[in-house]
Amino acid sequence: MNPAGTSEQVRRAWAIAKKDIRIYYSKGPVLIFGIFMPVFLFLAFFMGGRQLPLAFLLSGLMGMTLFFTSTAVSPAIFPWEGQAKTLERLAACPITIEAIVLGDMIASILFGIGVTAVTLLIALALGLPLLHGIALGSAVLLAAVCFSAIGMLLAAPPTNVPSNIMMLSSLLKFPLVFISGIFVPLEQMPEWGLYLAVCSPLTYFTDLVRYSFTGAHYFPVPLDIAALCLFTLVFTAATMHLHRRSMPRRM
Amino acid sequence: MPGVIEARDLTKTFGAVTAVDHVSFEVREGEIFGFLGPNGAGKTTTTRMLTGVVPMDGGSVRIFGHDIRKEPVDAKQRFGVVPETSNAYVDLTAWQNLMLMGELYGLERDRADRRSRDLLETLGLYERRDQKVQGYSKGMKQRLILAMALLHEPELLFLDEPTSGLDVQSTQMILAMLRALNADGTTIFLTTHNMEEANRLCDRVGIIRGGRIVAIDAPERLKTAIDRVHRIEVSFDGEVSGDLLSGLAGITGAARTGDKWQITAENQDTAIRSLVAFSRDRGAAILTLNTLAPSLDEVFLRLTGEERP
Repeated sequence: MNPAGTSEQVRRAWAIAKKDIRIYYSKGPVLIFGIFMPVFLFLAFFMGGRQLPLAFLLSGLMGMTLFFTSTAVSPAIFPWEGQAKTLERLAACPITIEAIVLGDMIASILFGIGVTAVTLLIALALGLPLLHGIALGSAVLLAAVCFSAIGMLLAAPPTNVPSNIMMLSSLLKFPLVFISGIFVPLEQMPEWGLYLAVCSPLTYFTDLVRYSFTGAHYFPVPLDIAALCLFTLVFTAATMHLHRRSMPRRM
Repeated sequence: MPGVIEARDLTKTFGAVTAVDHVSFEVREGEIFGFLGPNGAGKTTTTRMLTGVVPMDGGSVRIFGHDIRKEPVDAKQRFGVVPETSNAYVDLTAWQNLMLMGELYGLERDRADRRSRDLLETLGLYERRDQKVQGYSKGMKQRLILAMALLHEPELLFLDEPTSGLDVQSTQMILAMLRALNADGTTIFLTTHNMEEANRLCDRVGIIRGGRIVAIDAPERLKTAIDRVHRIEVSFDGEVSGDLLSGLAGITGAARTGDKWQITAENQDTAIRSLVAFSRDRGAAILTLNTLAPSLDEVFLRLTGEERP
């Protein structure tokens, strides 16, 4: 066994992910920011009297659910563990910082995919036709990685106070939801809104979800996928780099 | 043979404060090395640098020849850490904590199961293995931390104040386990405030003050080294003259206290030989003979410049 080898480190990252699933999925802030918040936001718009088709709204709900759930677990883990001193234990174990971050991201990805799958079942139960299943599956997987990397990125400031990170996280997440074509279709956005929308990875994911259910899309599908891939690579690399620098300052 | 731990010019600063200032030492294979110092002397910071938890600003650390900065995973694979503050996951059970450690150290599931069962039984926690750690007492948490550190059978064990604030039962259990581990060949690096513990356990101790090492040696040698004038307490079964005792080779003075004589000597070995010869020549049997070396406590206070309260 080569403890520093990639396969061994991936195995250890999986151990971190299992630990996160056991401990953090049921934490209050994760449930509030990951599940209740998108549900209430959706209900507020759904019952707000806006004349938007159900397919549009449910696609938006899926987009929002994956975004909120995938970014709910990862930002809080490092501050929680720093506070409880368990991060120091991990730092003394034969596991790289990258593997710890990867483990946290895996837990976040699985949480996002799991809750989004429930939303998908609701959409299907309401009679929404799934036209492009493979596109949807690929989009969910890719976006879950991308959003969990964003979540980890939010946790990079070396604070051990979870509420600080949650506040920062909300500050970024809510505006993103409103500029990403979830509640306002991209076609109806003003020009300045579109400039902002192209900067959000959530825009491309929502566009792909709509394409999967209705066949309609704003950007070409390959561009949506390429944009999501690019955001995923950039955010993951930035997350790894920043945590490598900030982790010692948490101790 | 290279040391198990080789620290060279280890330095750490926090802003304008130099917490650890060019500290160098070596820990040999199979020994228990005590690391002593007053609060804020730099003990915990040094230990954290040795274990790769915080980066050093200068110097180098090699663990079993692995540079802790360049090969941290290979170095960490070979040691276990018991920190001062219990840091098991309180939302997990003791068993889940141990399984997590097993996976983080790359143990096969069978071996992790077997080791966990053995360690929990030895440390008196097996019956509570499925209880969440948040319900454990401080002593139980500390015993669990020890089990977590020992799960992968490390060749080197770092302990930071392992018995601080623990009840007698937990303290004795942990100390007995450390002795047994050392007897089986585990090298131990022990940070402690407890002089009695260090005196009884350690082969060598290093004393740190203001971020600098002020002494490294065996406890007994440190005790004798700090006093140039040694004291011996002796009693005979009959009357002897103080003048005669004072005139013996190696002895500089003799003062009577009750039924004993307090002897001062420049050379302890010569003085004891003289007393034995005196006893034989005069037919005065020695009833008691004690060397009154300073305690490790006194050595510590002297070397760290602190006053006895």
